[in-house]
Amino acid sequence: MKGFILSFRSEFYKTRKTMGFWSAVLLPLLLCLLLFFGFFNKSDQLLTLPGFMLWLRFAGAILGVMGSLLLPMLIVFIGYSVNSIEHKADTWKTLFSLPISKLSVYSAKYFYAFFLVLLCLVLFVLFTLGLGNLLHVLKPGLKFNEYSIANTLIQLYTKLFLSSLGILSIQFLLSLLFRDFLKPMGIGFICTITGVILATTGWQYAYLFPYSHPMLAMHALQQGRGTPGPGAMPQITVDMFTKDTWVSLVVAAVVFMLGYFIVLKKSVK
Amino acid sequence: MVINTEGLTFTFGAQKVVKSLSLQVPEGSIYGFLGPNGAGKTTTIKLLLNLLKTQEGSIHIFGQELQSNRINILSQIGSLIEQPAIYLHLSGKENLLNRALLLQIPAKRVDEMLHLVHLTDAADKKAGQYSLGMKQRLGIALALLSDPKLLILDEPTNGLDPNGIIEVRELLVRLVNQHQKTVFISSHLLAEVERMATHVGIINHGELLFQGSIKDLEAMSQPLVQVETENTVDAANFLTRNNFTVADVNDHQLFVPYINKQQMGEINALLNKNGHTVFSINKQQKDLEKLFLAITQNA
Repeated sequence: MKGFILSFRSEFYKTRKTMGFWSAVLLPLLLCLLLFFGFFNKSDQLLTLPGFMLWLRFAGAILGVMGSLLLPMLIVFIGYSVNSIEHKADTWKTLFSLPISKLSVYSAKYFYAFFLVLLCLVLFVLFTLGLGNLLHVLKPGLKFNEYSIANTLIQLYTKLFLSSLGILSIQFLLSLLFRDFLKPMGIGFICTITGVILATTGWQYAYLFPYSHPMLAMHALQQGRGTPGPGAMPQITVDMFTKDTWVSLVVAAVVFMLGYFIVLKKSVK
Repeated sequence: MVINTEGLTFTFGAQKVVKSLSLQVPEGSIYGFLGPNGAGKTTTIKLLLNLLKTQEGSIHIFGQELQSNRINILSQIGSLIEQPAIYLHLSGKENLLNRALLLQIPAKRVDEMLHLVHLTDAADKKAGQYSLGMKQRLGIALALLSDPKLLILDEPTNGLDPNGIIEVRELLVRLVNQHQKTVFISSHLLAEVERMATHVGIINHGELLFQGSIKDLEAMSQPLVQVETENTVDAANFLTRNNFTVADVNDHQLFVPYINKQQMGEINALLNKNGHTVFSINKQQKDLEKLFLAITQNA
């Protein structure tokens, strides 16, 4: 366990000045800021919207982009960047000749990639909530205060995180095996597009394909799109563990073990 | 023995890269592991560090079996394999701090190491901007950081200028003499290690051709009679006709294996009498470089 913690801290130390780390921070910041300014400028047209719809538009715009394309691409990039740092510096041989178990070294890297995606999604929640409330302060006409979306948002992003673990583990393994950017990137891109198509066309087995999972997770959001009946409290119910989420978790676990097996067998160049 | 391997064999695909290697590295020695490029040196070193899985044979380090005591053994080894593994986007100091973090070594030691390899002034410069020699020195600092009992260095003076080579050599000798370390150092140049090595192993095509102390190696080298004449080729042919073995001949000198002083006198007299003026004649110890070449080429 100590080896794992040390390796994990070292992962942070190594990447803290790289784009791999900062992309997880900058992506939510920039995307949320962009939307913030959009809402700020067009606030006149939004004054009539009830709080629920306002939040739904604000958070939904971000979630929509994230779920379909940005999150999978970010995952491809994070999976690549945590591994390429060793490929580039030719440091696999030093990592695996440290007096730390191979499992600790490998799993610390694996979970560090998870951590980066988690960090990114947590920041999305915080920035969405923070900037939404800031909009209300700056433009009191916007009724962001009428509705509290925090719980729903946390649930949605949690589901998004769980849905992304399958892709992340596959991309992590690809980047561990291939030195160059193009192979994991190309495979990731094609699979993401395929995943989006499968999920949007509603193919019944799309839940088996990890790259469809973020998109499927976003279906929960669409439930809320219908206008709520009069007097009914508008609600988005998030079904946390659907079939696709389970598949994502199982894929992550299986690929993790597969990767470890490969690390044990593989000769270090 | 700090390192003891028996029947170590390693195959890449169909190619046997290391053949039944039995290394014996005594404690407190500087063991020069020599061989031409592609002889199997790096593969052997990777086996010693458990980066490659032992297929056949056994490896004992500090008297313990490697596979089952991996972490315990690795915690007492510092290594540098081929090009130093350095994160180029971090400064030299950050590279050391990162390793110190992993090995739980106080940060104070990082400054000592920087000082030791003369990188204090460049400590905060990005390692990507380091010269080859600086990178190599940083690599050595990384290997020494944990104050290991055994240092395994693969071609550590690659890319160093003569001053750098001398510095590394002096550093290693100091470590062995004053701090009772053992150094296992590979090289394709005998000259590089012969001045510091106490023991030598010579490998080619994966086979260990010689192993012993540097004195054993010197004893193997056969002395030669070096003769300087005007026309060395004619003189060599003449000597051959007179039942002398000529070991080597070039434009200026010819060489005959030394037997005794009488033999030297005979050669001198014979040549002079027959019109081959001898400018100089003396006994010469065959240098180790030639011996090394002879050993590796005969295999």
